[in-house]
Amino acid sequence: MNDLKFISGDEAFAEGVRLARPQVISAYPITPQTIVVERLAEMVEAAELDSQFIHVESEHSAMMSAMGASAMGVRAFTATSSQGLLYMAECLYYVSGGRFPIVMMNANRATALPWSIYSDQRDSLSQLDSGWIQIYVEDAQEALDMAVQAFALAEKETVRLPVMVNLDGFIVTHTYEPVSIPTQESIDRFLPPRSTWDKLDIENPVSMAFTVGPELNEEFNLLHHKASLNALKEIETIDSEYKEIVGRGYGGALKMYKTDDAEYVLIALGSINALVREEVDRLRSEGIRAGSIAIRMMRPFPTEELAGALKNAKAIGVLDKDISFGYEGTVYTNVNSALVKKGINIASYNFICGIGGRDISPRDIGQCFETVIEGKESKHIKFIGSEVWDDV
Amino acid sequence: MSESINARNISDDEFFYGHKACAGCGGSLAVRMALKVLGERTFLTLPAGCMSAVSFNYPQMSYANNAIISAFASTAAVMTGLAAGAKSLKLDDYHILGIAGDGGTADIGIQALSGMIDRNDKGIYICYDNEAYMNTGIQKSGLTPFGATTTTTPAVGGGKGNIKQKKNLFEIVAAHNIAYAATASVGYIEDFANKVQRASLVQGTSFIHVLAPCPTGWGIDTSETIEVAREVVDTGLWYLAEYYDGEYHLNKRPKEFQDVTHYIKRQGRFKHLTDEDIEHIVESRDKTWERILRNYK
Repeated sequence: MNDLKFISGDEAFAEGVRLARPQVISAYPITPQTIVVERLAEMVEAAELDSQFIHVESEHSAMMSAMGASAMGVRAFTATSSQGLLYMAECLYYVSGGRFPIVMMNANRATALPWSIYSDQRDSLSQLDSGWIQIYVEDAQEALDMAVQAFALAEKETVRLPVMVNLDGFIVTHTYEPVSIPTQESIDRFLPPRSTWDKLDIENPVSMAFTVGPELNEEFNLLHHKASLNALKEIETIDSEYKEIVGRGYGGALKMYKTDDAEYVLIALGSINALVREEVDRLRSEGIRAGSIAIRMMRPFPTEELAGALKNAKAIGVLDKDISFGYEGTVYTNVNSALVKKGINIASYNFICGIGGRDISPRDIGQCFETVIEGKESKHIKFIGSEVWDDV
Repeated sequence: MSESINARNISDDEFFYGHKACAGCGGSLAVRMALKVLGERTFLTLPAGCMSAVSFNYPQMSYANNAIISAFASTAAVMTGLAAGAKSLKLDDYHILGIAGDGGTADIGIQALSGMIDRNDKGIYICYDNEAYMNTGIQKSGLTPFGATTTTTPAVGGGKGNIKQKKNLFEIVAAHNIAYAATASVGYIEDFANKVQRASLVQGTSFIHVLAPCPTGWGIDTSETIEVAREVVDTGLWYLAEYYDGEYHLNKRPKEFQDVTHYIKRQGRFKHLTDEDIEHIVESRDKTWERILRNYK
């Protein structure tokens, strides 16, 4: 039987982590991630969760101690945000290259300077190349469910990669919603304890995390790349297994909304998609074939799935809570690359929005759709809110 | 406490071999001896540095025990993770060992080390100190002594090389109120081996700072490592001590110091130093010893 609780996204994620029974939790506090760590500390203290909780002195050590634990073959979890993610950046590469299936929650937050605790996605998108699987959720329920699914995905033999689950700071992390908590019994059925051959073993000593010269280094990277691509199908399999047991599912790397016949589609990561879907409904009531695609998984990137969902599209817009200075939003770059590879030649616009926590209104989304539908704008990148079009 | 270790009873087993360390390497001797004392059931981590560079070259691995590389700053953090993993697996009869160089410990790794001691996580941290970043080509570290020429403190244009004193790493560590810390030298290898054993009996974190000459970086012959590693102690420029029960203990108190000039002059890294500079080194040594004799048992 499911238990409905009124909790925040952070608390929902902590509940998901509790159900996944990580044996080691290592984390350093940073707003707006702190509540996850606090709840987990409480659960460990109250013996609701049998886990070693490590009070590390930095995010760098949070990731490296999680790696040490993961190397012992146990399930390890950490959480961070923004500067914390950037501070541990070199460790992300160690962990993914070493194929340690750590799960990390990242509370998407702006990166300094200017200093800001509010949400955008520049932190995680700057780490797309770190070799981690990246998932973006929309709300507290999905946060809980993906906390659990992330461990299953990370530890899958064909994947064996770390997974970063991203929650929009405050918008998801601190918003209270009714969340259905699966039973421990059901999650135990879905996610057995971690079992791996790839570990330090006291009875069978090995060396891990080694140096590889030019003659084989590329092969190791190729294997890493293939493992990452495997996650595209595995996330679907895992989600359907989860749905069978828990009764809730999300599909796969993309969440499509009314895209089957859609001519005009907005694409985005995370919580803003709820607003986009409302605008889709409004436009549909006016007879316009609008649609929405939430990219749930940014790495590996779902190229085929995206192209399939855009088969009737005449023009698209990509909302980016991110800007790669001197170019464009990173999601936009990725989407356009996929379109080119699949021979889809349609107009695409980039809407830079929500930077440093800037509010995005329904009217803003409406205007994005208007631009995409009219197709008259010759410039491609617009800073929403500032009303500034790229004029480079 | 177990029987003390000596040349007759030390294990014949080897856990660190087939590596590509330079001839006369003091660091590799420290690693070899530490593993002989601790044995096969040791989980070892090493950061970037000579001892990982010479031993983790796929597919040629040089450790017979479990070993893993850490990020440069993260020896102690990985030790913490290994210990947490071992605890959750309810393993028994095992050691957690971290071995890092002077730069990896006193500079980039000091934050993680401080955190680990603060948490008192189970593990033996050994800093092998060859007094510069030797693996990257002899750059100054926080433990490079006064007067040493390095590639980043070159003694050119009449300069003296490094003009800073070594950080007092041993006392920085002790200031955390650690259960056990010690200094050692590969020149007194029996003393070092026994300190490793003592460190291994501590429930939480223990620490050993072992001086380990580097012929390449110090400008000495590969056959001189042990001699120089003894001389640095006998001249009083290094000392053998322990910290436990909240107090410092001096292990070896030279009746009279050997000649500092001989120690300095035999090393290429000091060859530019004048008699005045050596006088300065002697004065610093005497000041250090005043403090040691005042504060150490």
